[in-house]
Amino acid sequence: MATDAAALAAGIRPGMPATKAQVLVPGLVTQNAHPAADAEALERLAVWTLQRFAPIAAADPPDGIVIDTTGAAHLHGGEQTMLETLIGRLAMSGVAARAAIADNWGAAHALARFASEPATVAARGHGTAPLMALPLEALRLPAPMVADLRVLGFERIGDLLAQPRAPLTLRFGPELGRRLDQASGVLSEPIERVQSPDLIEVRRAFAEPIGAAETIARYIGKLVGDLCAAFEARGLGARRLDLLCQRVDNRAQVVRVGMAVPVRDATRLTRLLCDKIETIDPGFGIEVMTLSAAIAEPLECRQSVSTLIEAETPDVTGLVDTLMNRVGERAIYRLAPVASDVPERAVCRIPAAAPETGATWPNHWPRPSRLLPRPELIETVALLPDHPPVSFTWRGVRRRVKRADGPERVFGEWWTRDAELIAVRDYFRVEDDAGERYWIYRAGDGEDAATGSHRWFLHGVFG
Amino acid sequence: MGPKVALESLRAQIAQIEGRERRARSVLPFGIAEVDSRLPGNGLAVGTLHEIAGGGNGAVDGAAAALFAAGIAARTKGKVLWCITRPDLFAPALAQAGLAPDRVIYVEAGDDKTVLACMEEGLRHGGLGAVVAEVARLSMTASRRLQLAAEGTQSIGIALRRWRRQTETADFGQPTAAMTRWRVSALPSTELPVPGVGRHRWLVELIRARAGESADFELEACDAAGRLALPADLVHRPGAAEGWRRGASG
Repeated sequence: MATDAAALAAGIRPGMPATKAQVLVPGLVTQNAHPAADAEALERLAVWTLQRFAPIAAADPPDGIVIDTTGAAHLHGGEQTMLETLIGRLAMSGVAARAAIADNWGAAHALARFASEPATVAARGHGTAPLMALPLEALRLPAPMVADLRVLGFERIGDLLAQPRAPLTLRFGPELGRRLDQASGVLSEPIERVQSPDLIEVRRAFAEPIGAAETIARYIGKLVGDLCAAFEARGLGARRLDLLCQRVDNRAQVVRVGMAVPVRDATRLTRLLCDKIETIDPGFGIEVMTLSAAIAEPLECRQSVSTLIEAETPDVTGLVDTLMNRVGERAIYRLAPVASDVPERAVCRIPAAAPETGATWPNHWPRPSRLLPRPELIETVALLPDHPPVSFTWRGVRRRVKRADGPERVFGEWWTRDAELIAVRDYFRVEDDAGERYWIYRAGDGEDAATGSHRWFLHGVFG
Repeated sequence: MGPKVALESLRAQIAQIEGRERRARSVLPFGIAEVDSRLPGNGLAVGTLHEIAGGGNGAVDGAAAALFAAGIAARTKGKVLWCITRPDLFAPALAQAGLAPDRVIYVEAGDDKTVLACMEEGLRHGGLGAVVAEVARLSMTASRRLQLAAEGTQSIGIALRRWRRQTETADFGQPTAAMTRWRVSALPSTELPVPGVGRHRWLVELIRARAGESADFELEACDAAGRLALPADLVHRPGAAEGWRRGASG
C-alpha cells in the first residue's frame, strides 16, 4: 500500500493491510496499483522534464526522475531556483515532489528521498559529507540486504563508510561496495536519456572517433540537414534542439539551443549549434552524435513582400535566437505596458519575438529615464499637505529645490493587496540648483496618517 | 596647386590609409542647423559607432545620456537593440522620447564583455536601426571591433558610457575608434511664467568628432518624436517655445 500526505496524517502507513486501513478511516477510497501505467506516466514526465529543463533526463523507476543539470541550471536562474521551479511546476499539476542536486546520481538519489528539505542543493565537490547521516535505504540496496545490515548494527551510511570494505564484500557481495562507490562519486554512472517516439532524432556514428572543431562543425551541418528533411516531411520547425555527443569514455557532452520562433532554416540552425562548439569537450574523441528536437512546433509559411512600394522589414528573430543562446532565454525581452499607475507595476517583460501590440504608456506626465530598483528614503524640509519639499538630502548630499511640479497622486491598488486600500503616493518632479531633476514622492496624502507614513522617497532620475 | 586641391589629395590619402573604400555614408541629421553644421556630413553618420556619456552625476546614472541616445534611436527606422547590465532603465520615459516599446529589444548581460559581444552581434546583423549598449570600459580594440561591425550597415552603434563610481569617469578621455563622442549633462529647465518645471534642457558637448571640430550646445531635451530643439531665448524667437508650453499646461 502506498499513501499520500493526507493518508499519513490519518494514521495509515505504507505496507499496512487494506482491511486495517479501512477500519482506521471509515469510507476510505482505495485504488488498485497499476505499476505498468505508473511506469508509463513516469516516462511521460521524464520527457516533459527533458523538454523543459535539461537535455539529459531519464525515468528512475519506480518513483523518480534523474536529470543531468550540467550547463542547464544557469538558464533557470541558478540551481536552487531551478529546483523550486521544478517542484512548483509539478505541484501545479498535482504531483508532490522532492528534489536534490548533487555531484553524482547516487548522492542526489539519496538526498532527494531522505534529506529534511524538499529541495536540497549539495555543495559542489561535497564528497560523502552530506550522506553520512542518511539511513541505509538511501543507498538503493535490495530490501533484504538492508535488513541484514540492520541486524549487524549498521544504521547510517556513515557507519558503513567507516568499516573496512573487504569483510562487507565477503558477506554481502559486490553490490554493496558498488552502491557505496556510486553514492560517494568514485564510480561514474552515466544517465541513459529517455527515448520517446515524439522526439525527432537523427544520429550519426563514426568509424573513427572525431575531435577537431572543424570536423564537429561539418557533422553538425550534416545532422541539421537530415533533421530539416525530417521536419519538412512533418511541417514542423524546431524550438529547442539538443546535440548529444557520446564520447569514447561513455560520457555525454550536450549542447542545447533554443529558438524564439519555430525554425527550419538549416543555415541558421547550423550557425546556432556551431556557436556552441567551444563548450563541447571531445576528450579522447566523439563516437556518436545525436541531434534531437526537444520541442518542435508547426511552422507557418509566410508570404514575403512582393509589392514595389512596401519595404521589407528586416527579420530580427535570427539575432534574437543568437543572443538568446548566448545570454539565456530570460535575459532578452521586450517591455510592454501594463494598465497600472504604480510605476513599478507599469512595465512587464514579454518575449522578444512576441507580436507587436502597438500599445504604449499614457503620456500625461513626464517619467524619469532611470527608475531606482527600490525607492530610497530621503530627508526633506517640506510643508504639508500639498507642497513639494524646499530641500532634500539624498545619499548624503543636500540639494535645494529650485523648481517643482506636482503632485501627481497615485492611489494604491486595492485589488492587488488589501493593505493598499487607502494607500496614496504623491509624486513631484523637482529640480535642484544645478539643474538635476529627480522624481520624489511622499507616502501618504499629507493629512491622513492612514494613507501612508508621510515619509519622502526618491524614486527616479530624469534626463 | 591651390590649397583646396592639396586638401582634397590629403583627404584621399587618409581615406586610403584607413583601409576601406569609403562609400558615401548616409547621415541622420538632428534637424538643428547649428548642430548639424558642426558635424562632418551634416549629421550623425549611419553605420558607425558613437559614444555618449553623462556629465556630473549623469556619469553614474546616465539619465540624460540615455534619453539623448533614445532620441537618436527613435529617429532611425527598424528595431533597436538595447544592451544593459543594470535593469534600471524606465521604458515609459523612452516611449516619451519617441521610442515605442514595440521597437526596443532589451538584452540584459552580466558584464561589460558580454554587453560588447551582444552589441557587436546586433551591429553585424545590419537590419536594426540602432544598437545601444551601456558599458563602462571601452578599449580601443573593442571599439574598433564595433566600428568594423557597424561599417556597411544602416545601423547606428551607440556606446552609452556609464560608470559605477564618479572616480572611474577619467576613462572617458581614453582614445576609442568612435566617430563622435558626446557628453550630455542636465541644465536648469526652461523658465515658465508660472511655478513648475519647463522643458528639460541639456548641455550637449561634442567632445570629439572624427574629421570635425568639437563644440558645445545648449539644447532642449527630446520631444515626443525624439527631436531636440534650440532654446527659444537663444534663437530670439519666443514663438518656438509655445508648442511645449501648450503641451505642458494641458
